[in-house]
Amino acid sequence: MRILVVEDDLEAQRYLVNGLKEAGHVVDDAADGETGLTLALSRPYDVAIIDRMLPKMDGLRVVAEMREHSNATPVLFLSALSEVDDRVKGLKAGGDDYLTKPYAFVELLARIDALMRRRAPQAVKTRLQVGDLELDLLTRTAKRAGAAIDLQPREFRLLEYLMRHASQVVTRTMLLESVWEYHFDPQTNVIDVHISRLRAKIDKGFETPLLHTVRGAGYMIRARAA
Amino acid sequence: MRAPSILRTQAYRIVLVYVAVFAISVTALLAFTYWNTKRALDAQTDEIIQVEITGLSEQYQQLGLRGLADVVISRSAHGGPGLYLLTNHLKQPIVGNLDAWPTDKETPDSFVDFQYQRRVENQLETREARGRVFKLPGEFYLLVAQDVHERYLTERLFTTTLPWTVGLVLLLGLVGGAVMSRNTLARLDSINRTSAEIIDGDLSRRVPVGTSHDEFDALAENLNAMLDRIERLMKGVREVTDSVAHDLRTPLNRLRNRLETTQRHLDPATAEAVEIEAAVAETDQLIATFNALLLIAEADAGVARGAMTLIDLASIVEDMAELYAPLAEEKGVTLKITPAGATMIEGNRSLISQALANLVDNAIKYTPAGGSVTVTALETPQGVELRVADTGPGIPADERARVIERFVRLDASRSAPGTGLGLSLVAAVARLHEARLLLEDNAPGLRAVMRFPRPAPRR
Repeated sequence: MRILVVEDDLEAQRYLVNGLKEAGHVVDDAADGETGLTLALSRPYDVAIIDRMLPKMDGLRVVAEMREHSNATPVLFLSALSEVDDRVKGLKAGGDDYLTKPYAFVELLARIDALMRRRAPQAVKTRLQVGDLELDLLTRTAKRAGAAIDLQPREFRLLEYLMRHASQVVTRTMLLESVWEYHFDPQTNVIDVHISRLRAKIDKGFETPLLHTVRGAGYMIRARAA
Repeated sequence: MRAPSILRTQAYRIVLVYVAVFAISVTALLAFTYWNTKRALDAQTDEIIQVEITGLSEQYQQLGLRGLADVVISRSAHGGPGLYLLTNHLKQPIVGNLDAWPTDKETPDSFVDFQYQRRVENQLETREARGRVFKLPGEFYLLVAQDVHERYLTERLFTTTLPWTVGLVLLLGLVGGAVMSRNTLARLDSINRTSAEIIDGDLSRRVPVGTSHDEFDALAENLNAMLDRIERLMKGVREVTDSVAHDLRTPLNRLRNRLETTQRHLDPATAEAVEIEAAVAETDQLIATFNALLLIAEADAGVARGAMTLIDLASIVEDMAELYAPLAEEKGVTLKITPAGATMIEGNRSLISQALANLVDNAIKYTPAGGSVTVTALETPQGVELRVADTGPGIPADERARVIERFVRLDASRSAPGTGLGLSLVAAVARLHEARLLLEDNAPGLRAVMRFPRPAPRR
């Protein structure tokens, strides 16, 4: 995948670029807003990672300009600013996701994957399937190997999110943001408890587990063991 | 906001006092003038009477009773204001221009006011007079008096119009006062409206300044200067938090990046990898503490005040209970919510959710298995309350205030994980919302209460 990184802190930029390259992505970089905008408009990218505060042209303006030129590349904002209302500003300016520095690299990778997935043209799905686990989005019911699984509404949303991002790492923060719509870090990892309950409902009594814990990163739902 | 009754305003009260003082002054002035004039006129009448008496007394001495009677007859015929009557000892008239002895209260040789009747154009008329009575040798009585009826009428006119005059002064004063206070109120109202908008979060608003250069314009200018200063300070705080955030997050970011890169290139089984993982965890702890401090600073600076909307506490409680229910269950703690109707407040949903999460998290953490945590949103006479009650060990009464201070944690819990800023953040969120944070005895356990003010009715 082609990724554009616009970051003025050169050391942070180097780590970001190296990390992304190691993860198998093709990366272009820019150190200021103007160069970033020129690159974003001249070449096709799958995702752009843009720092919120940049020399020459502010990150918010870069994205606003991109959107004005009908450039729909998904944008992930990186920000070292305080966050109470900054996130809202970033998303209003046309950003698709927002990550506060310092961030865990796995968090960044997981979010980029989610953004690229979102970009791929999707038929409106009414059913999701991973292995023998089926989710009917219309009747809001779940079945594994033909047997109905009783899910609470929030458990259904949690499973739906995981299945929409099947074979992809989903972090705890992403779950908290997407399923619960909270943008803060609870002191105790409440998400883990929800996941273990969900796991008990979908994996208990089956030989092949579907819901996996990815150490140091989050969770993943997939059919085959990696 | 309801327009305040004009009668309750300070401006009107001042006017009332002025009108009262003015009315009293006017009354006193008129009363003094009346009294003084009356005294002067009485003295004048008395003098006339005295002169008459002197004349009559000379006649009496020179010519005796008969001479006196002649003079009385001739003077009575005169038709002026002079009144004369000479009677025998039974006070039956002998000569004079009065038909009957007019008074029975007289004391000889002193002035007396009395009424008498006189025929005017075939109408019997009661008139006022003032005079003096003499007892003459041989049991004769002489009354010498002046008709003061015209003066009496003038006086009566004065005393009957005085209350009307005062009433008119009061009425005009009150109406004038109402107009004046309305004028004052209109200007105060515009200042109040602007202040309310600023409290609602729009710090860029300014009080309109008039063109008359009066006290109100001076007040408006001073308020605006003050607002400029506050806005600059707020902006300064915002910039400081932003730059502190930026300056600390950038190196923290590099630190974490370096650790992570090193970690990626190590075999997870080695001792170095374990050390690095621990270092990453420490860094994350540092970041969490830093973020919490920053959030407290922002909440205290009122940065989030602009993002306040009308929110329902009951729905926040339901969502949070849903998030924490599995965790509580796993710990063997019952998490209950008390159902409530809509409990609306003006606030920042995200910050209140975070504060509630901290309270619930703490309550679950400190409640032993078998205990319970109850979360409630309810309206009380004091305001709208968010309550988290547990059946844990509670906090001793004398330590509750200290708990809310930044960084302070009770000694007994030093070993528990967490930044120790949980309650400090709750306190900061409470301050931002002008809510009171109370820690109460749940007997047994702790009850944390955030008491929000009722939302102002929308305009």
